Amino acid sequence: MPLYYDDDQAMLADSASDFMREEGAIAKQLRHWRDRDCKDGFGHGLWEQFGEMGFTGILLPEEDGGLGMGQVEANIVLEEIGANLTPSPFLSSSVLAATALKHGSDDTRGRWLPDLVAGKNVYAVAIDEGPKHRPERIACKAEKSGNGFKLSGKKDFVVYGASAEMIVVAARTSGSDSDTDGITLFAVPQDASGMSHDSVRLVDSSMASHITFDGVDLDGDAVIGEVDGGREVLNAMLRAGRVGAAAEGVGVARGAMDMTVDYLKQRKQFGTLIGTFQALQHRAAHLYSEVEIARAVVLKAAQLVDGESEKAELMTSVAKAKVAKAAGLAVREGVQMHGGIGMTDEYDIGLYMKRERALQEFLGDMYYHAGRVAELSGY
Amino acid sequence: MADLEQFRAETRSWLEANCPPEMREPVETDKDVYWGGRNAQFKNDAQKAWFEACRDKGYTVPMWPKDYGGAGLSAPEAKVLREEMARINARPPLSSFGIWMLGPALLHFGTEGQKQRFLNEIARGEIRWCQGYSEPGSGSDLVSMQTYGEDKGDHWIVNGQKIWTSYADEADWIFCLVRTDKDNKYQGITFMLFDMTNDGVSTKPIKLISGNSPFCETFMDDVKVPKSYGEDIPAYVGEINRGWDVAKYLLGHEREMISATGGVDRASSLGAVTSRQGELDPVLRSEMALFDVDALAFTAMSEKFLDEVKIGKGHPAQPNMLKYAGTEMNKRRHELLMAAGGSRTLEWESEETENGKPARSWLRTKANSIEGGTSEIMLNVISKRILELPGA
Repeated sequence: MPLYYDDDQAMLADSASDFMREEGAIAKQLRHWRDRDCKDGFGHGLWEQFGEMGFTGILLPEEDGGLGMGQVEANIVLEEIGANLTPSPFLSSSVLAATALKHGSDDTRGRWLPDLVAGKNVYAVAIDEGPKHRPERIACKAEKSGNGFKLSGKKDFVVYGASAEMIVVAARTSGSDSDTDGITLFAVPQDASGMSHDSVRLVDSSMASHITFDGVDLDGDAVIGEVDGGREVLNAMLRAGRVGAAAEGVGVARGAMDMTVDYLKQRKQFGTLIGTFQALQHRAAHLYSEVEIARAVVLKAAQLVDGESEKAELMTSVAKAKVAKAAGLAVREGVQMHGGIGMTDEYDIGLYMKRERALQEFLGDMYYHAGRVAELSGY
Repeated sequence: MADLEQFRAETRSWLEANCPPEMREPVETDKDVYWGGRNAQFKNDAQKAWFEACRDKGYTVPMWPKDYGGAGLSAPEAKVLREEMARINARPPLSSFGIWMLGPALLHFGTEGQKQRFLNEIARGEIRWCQGYSEPGSGSDLVSMQTYGEDKGDHWIVNGQKIWTSYADEADWIFCLVRTDKDNKYQGITFMLFDMTNDGVSTKPIKLISGNSPFCETFMDDVKVPKSYGEDIPAYVGEINRGWDVAKYLLGHEREMISATGGVDRASSLGAVTSRQGELDPVLRSEMALFDVDALAFTAMSEKFLDEVKIGKGHPAQPNMLKYAGTEMNKRRHELLMAAGGSRTLEWESEETENGKPARSWLRTKANSIEGGTSEIMLNVISKRILELPGA
């Protein structure tokens, strides 16, 4: 498959770009909700608009009311979210949770998907336990109890968890903490008793929960997929989420770079535009190279995920790590080249730096994924 | 699509029948590949057989038209051939600056007569070409070159000196930038073609830090260059005094080529290769992993670039970015290879290292970001043409 958008994808990119620039703009969403100390961290109105656009069900098959598209298309939306720093539960709900729910029974899908597609419900995923992403180790336990399960343990970094009508929880139903097998995914409703949230605002103004499950009773219907056989679905979620986060990161990098290059063309010092200085030109040109390479590998990884290629796993980690490097460089160079004004809250460049930091940490940072590249390459 | 699958099956069995096992070993030095030319020698029978099979099939230049010695393959077919060759690690049957540089220029700017003669000679490995661009006083600022051809009616008398002419001492002909109008900087250069055996042409190899001499100085001392080699075969490409257009076109090709050559190396994980030779220090292992991330990502970039070229998409200055990123990466790759190999890689004269292959290759890569436009020039071009920064 060639590494560029086909006609339909190019059209989607145009409409997603227009939509996000209009409706998802920094002033209209990120600053608006942040300055009002919104406890959701995003706007429900915009989420409904995502539903009207069809974005909410982009990865879901048509029989579930979705658009039946793939990772490449989801990534197109995510890149625009990234470029505009649009606070949105899209990645958690429509990419991660939707990938899990696709594997659910008719009942499960019927219960949760229509409200997601409509842009009514928001879903979160609870994977991490501790401050670093280590999905190989899952200690959170669900023990058999009657016809159902009793869930106990703690989860961290559950993005938009407090606003979610349902949380997909990866828990251990057998074996020991580091076993590959013995994982089961559960759809835990918001009102489940024994679940408590400590919802915290993060550096990028998004919200994330530390969740404690204190013997939460779940009936058998809460299971997504097979009992003890959740690892494969979890891996599918992680692939989609990581490639998706990488696409959003490319958007963040693009937004920061565009702002910075524009600034070099406006700001005067020593009687001339600072963009005429070769010291800055070369850094900007190097940054451009890194961002272009990151964009290429994200598209490659998304195509491999869609094609269910055996290389998808490796290239997903390459993409996530490469974006962390490139987007990290974009925001750091962005703030530095803006000079003093780049340190002010009034200027948007710092918001890119904050978002990049949070996004890099989500589902594994550069170090985690570079390590994974080494392991998957056999060293 | 079905046709392409059939082509793949045919190609696979043709390669199986015609590519000798020795030609499926990794290329380690320039000598492992046949370069053609009047004085060429085959390294062994396998190299000869492989070259001749490809020559007869048009596979030395698969995408050139059949009339000019190629196989007339479409872009998708050529991609299949590349993939099938890569699958069995087949070496290129013939390498030359004729294939990479002059050929594309002639296909774009040449007359029918020039194509018939020169392209066939290149495709059949009969004439080996070298490139005369840089001069001692004109490196990055190439357009300041001074080698001068005085107009004598039906011929020029050329005087001057070129430098960094790759393998000029082994080449038969040279394509050479010659100033033909001293008053016009950009529109005063002619892209000339002439025989290196002409009176007044001499070469002197330059010994590099690697100990090897892939480059020469080339001296032109009252060299008589006729303006024509026969009907419809002018001795210059494009128009007289418009050679800079051809040179610029070719520099684009050279940059793509330089960034593409690293691609072969990058196919396999550096960390995997080096860790098989011995345990890596933990910090070095991390460096390897970060390098592999960059290298694999760059492979996707190269692929994307080639895909976009086929449909005329992508920024025309993009090859500068590939050249920059690709060459910087290759330098880093060899730094890591030296680190992983330890003291063994320091050996300059030993059987185990085949006389210092690791060290010599490491040193050779330092030229990657200098030749064909330095990294700094690439960054200048990106700043100016892609980012459109002021006054760049």
